[in-house]
Amino acid sequence: MISAERSQSQSPRSPSAAAAAGAPFLSISVTDPVKMGTGVQSYISYRVITKTNLPEFEGPEKIVIRRYSDFEWLHDRLVEKYKGFFIPPLPEKNAVEKFRFSKEFIELRRQALDLFINRIASHPELKQSEDFRIFLQADEEKMDRARSFETGIFKKPADFIQMFKSRVSDVVLGKEKPVEESTPEYEKLKHYIFELENHLAEAQKQAFRLVKRHRELGQSLADFGKAIKLLGACEGDSLEKVFSEVGSRSEMLSIKLQREADNLLFNFEEPLKDYVRAVQSIKTTMLDRANAFRQHFDLDQERKYKELNLEKLKFMNPEKFSESEMEFNELKAASEEATKRFEHIVSVMNGELARFQEQKTADIGLAFHEFAKGQAKLAKDIADAWRSVLPKLEACSMS
Amino acid sequence: MMSSSLPAGDADGDMETLPLAAASDYASTATTFDPLLSTSSPSPPTPAAFPLSRASSSSFVDPPSYADVAASSPRSASVSSSTSPRSARAAASEYAHIAVSDPETEAEAAATSLVPGSAPTYISYLVTSARRCDHRRHAVRRRFRDFITLADRLAEAFRGHFVPPRPDKNTVESQVMQRDEFVAQRRAALERYLWRLAEHPAIGASDELRVFLQAEGKMPLPSSTDVASRMLDGAARLPRQLLGEETVSPPQDVVQPAKGGRDLLRIFKELKQSMVTDWGGVKPPLVEEDKEFLEKKQKLQDWEQQLSSASQQAEALVKAQQDMGETMGALGLAFVKLTKFETEEATYDSQRIRAADSKRIAMAAVKASRTCRDLNTQTVKYLTLMSDLASLQSRIEKLEAASSKVFGGDRARLRKVEELRETIRATEDAKCCALREFERIKENNKIELSRLDEERREDFLDMLKGYVRSQAAYAEKIVDGWTMVAEETSGYGRNSDVV
Repeated sequence: MISAERSQSQSPRSPSAAAAAGAPFLSISVTDPVKMGTGVQSYISYRVITKTNLPEFEGPEKIVIRRYSDFEWLHDRLVEKYKGFFIPPLPEKNAVEKFRFSKEFIELRRQALDLFINRIASHPELKQSEDFRIFLQADEEKMDRARSFETGIFKKPADFIQMFKSRVSDVVLGKEKPVEESTPEYEKLKHYIFELENHLAEAQKQAFRLVKRHRELGQSLADFGKAIKLLGACEGDSLEKVFSEVGSRSEMLSIKLQREADNLLFNFEEPLKDYVRAVQSIKTTMLDRANAFRQHFDLDQERKYKELNLEKLKFMNPEKFSESEMEFNELKAASEEATKRFEHIVSVMNGELARFQEQKTADIGLAFHEFAKGQAKLAKDIADAWRSVLPKLEACSMS
Repeated sequence: MMSSSLPAGDADGDMETLPLAAASDYASTATTFDPLLSTSSPSPPTPAAFPLSRASSSSFVDPPSYADVAASSPRSASVSSSTSPRSARAAASEYAHIAVSDPETEAEAAATSLVPGSAPTYISYLVTSARRCDHRRHAVRRRFRDFITLADRLAEAFRGHFVPPRPDKNTVESQVMQRDEFVAQRRAALERYLWRLAEHPAIGASDELRVFLQAEGKMPLPSSTDVASRMLDGAARLPRQLLGEETVSPPQDVVQPAKGGRDLLRIFKELKQSMVTDWGGVKPPLVEEDKEFLEKKQKLQDWEQQLSSASQQAEALVKAQQDMGETMGALGLAFVKLTKFETEEATYDSQRIRAADSKRIAMAAVKASRTCRDLNTQTVKYLTLMSDLASLQSRIEKLEAASSKVFGGDRARLRKVEELRETIRATEDAKCCALREFERIKENNKIELSRLDEERREDFLDMLKGYVRSQAAYAEKIVDGWTMVAEETSGYGRNSDVV
């Protein structure tokens, strides 16, 4: 059911780079999934084709073979280095489903990876990453080395919970207030992101169910068509002909329903899932922000405390003063560094949010459009099929 | 925040009144909440009780006038525009109007309980009718048990005829289903049953039916003709029989099965005879000279099998459509909530745009779901028709058993006639009467079978037409809704779209 040409072209949702002659362009496609290895060791390899005229790259065209864990490596590197940015999400790892390797699963994953790479390519900051270039151009040896050298830092669910709990040390020290950034705007944003994830997850769940329902209805129509045909054969003469037509219509509609189910899966449910992943990625960024805030806050507190003590020390113990002063200056530098980092994240996030909202509107708008189009076409096919057989049926009588 | 961004013409888009449940509380609200009905009563509509006319307050769902025609009982004689065989049969029947309505709980009259109000109860229905000839309207109260009695009486009185089957007792369903839904289903089934009785050329004119429909107060037909009560009735005549004052039974009496408890002697003889034939294990061989009859029966059996399989598939089909409608509704609901949420929290224009689009999708999905639900109410009606037809297999078997009894019984009766001839010196007339009766019953049987065949085929074709018609009509309804949304969101599309 999935047309061959799709696996070679860019995912329809990938942002297309400017293709005008002379203008800088960068075009990447993830294609040609091939199952490698056997049994537990098996995995899927993809062909990544890069076409560009940008000077930072090695040549006009480069083709490399990559697997999922290579994409994961790139993702984790970006998360490490580009704090505050919303890193495009990866499709789920799905270690178990991998063994089933259904055609649908492979194609969905390929599209999602293609989308991932292209979103990086069209992000003004992320596309300048060196790791990105390594990913696109390094030969397999170099890629393996890079991958094993860096260890990913995985965000555990527990980390998210921490965001909203006071630290134990705070309580011990008598500080009741949680060390949390709590401006009204940020509170609003946090609430929005968490609620949004719930709503989207629900919508995606229903969309997935809808795909299933289409398949079930298709199956029922096929069975019904067959049964009606058999019944017609029992009747004989004129009735048989009409029943046979009714049966054929039913079977034909069954095929259309299966097709629509595929369409829904790729062009409606998957975009919603992608949206959910994107929101989860934002949560990761928010975690980074919270950590940065805590660092900034703690160092700032410490600095203030030390500053006071330093003043006292100046008069009470002048010898120790210079040593302490040195320590203090180090601390001050670190504190300023932490504050700068935190503020950087805040400003980056603001830009990212605006970008996110716009992108989402375009993506989801397209998904809605495809959904409505698909449903309209399906309904029209159903109406046409039944209308065409109705006059013959009406003309039928039993006598 | 809302008014400026929503498209004009959104008459029903009063989103602010939606009670938004907690985000985690989707499961419970999904099936019971219908945003289009937010202005009307909150009770969830069940398929059986879903009135098509309720949609008048919503601008979204407008049932086509076709549905009004098709939804009402096809037997309504006022629908002269339809030329379906069913309404033709209805127009020819004895009764212009039959209805079952107004279920009420009543207490068992005879029960005495220590605790007032805890007497066992039953449901009674109001049965209204009017005969074509005199236009007088009758209204009586009957309970389900009375319908069973009527069915039994008719089965006895019309042996050799095909008596329409009565609704099942459904003892399991009555425990498991919701009370209201069960009662509504039963009411509809009883009404259909009475109509079928009225349409039957012989039964429609019968006394049993008339008495059932018209006699007020307690059900007048005897609830059982068990031997004991018959004996009680017949006991009155026994002395005279024994004394020999009633020597010759009129011939017609001879051939009727001992009816109404008269003639105790015959009852004893019949009992002895039936014990021989039924319990003796040796049934009188069914000598069927009629090959044609056998062939027809076989053909009918094959057809029944296919029909049963087709009706099973149709049931699965309806269930699949129902599930589709439900999921579509749940999807719409999820988007409605998402829309509301995004609209409230919007800080960017793009959010507002997206919220408006998601609202369009939500409304279209909910509308499609509503339309689907309407479709299913229709389809369920056709399905019940089909399942009635599909239960014919067992009826065929009963018919066969009944006919064998009749034939066999009459064979036995023939023998009995011989005996009677000896004992009471009956004339040749009695024998001829018996033979004539035998032939008549056999003829009835044949006529009934072919009428049955005809009727069932008409019904089935009718049903299939109706099904296809309604599918087409509802699909056309849905097309418009989705096409509109597709056009409204076409700005996002990449290629030129032609629906």
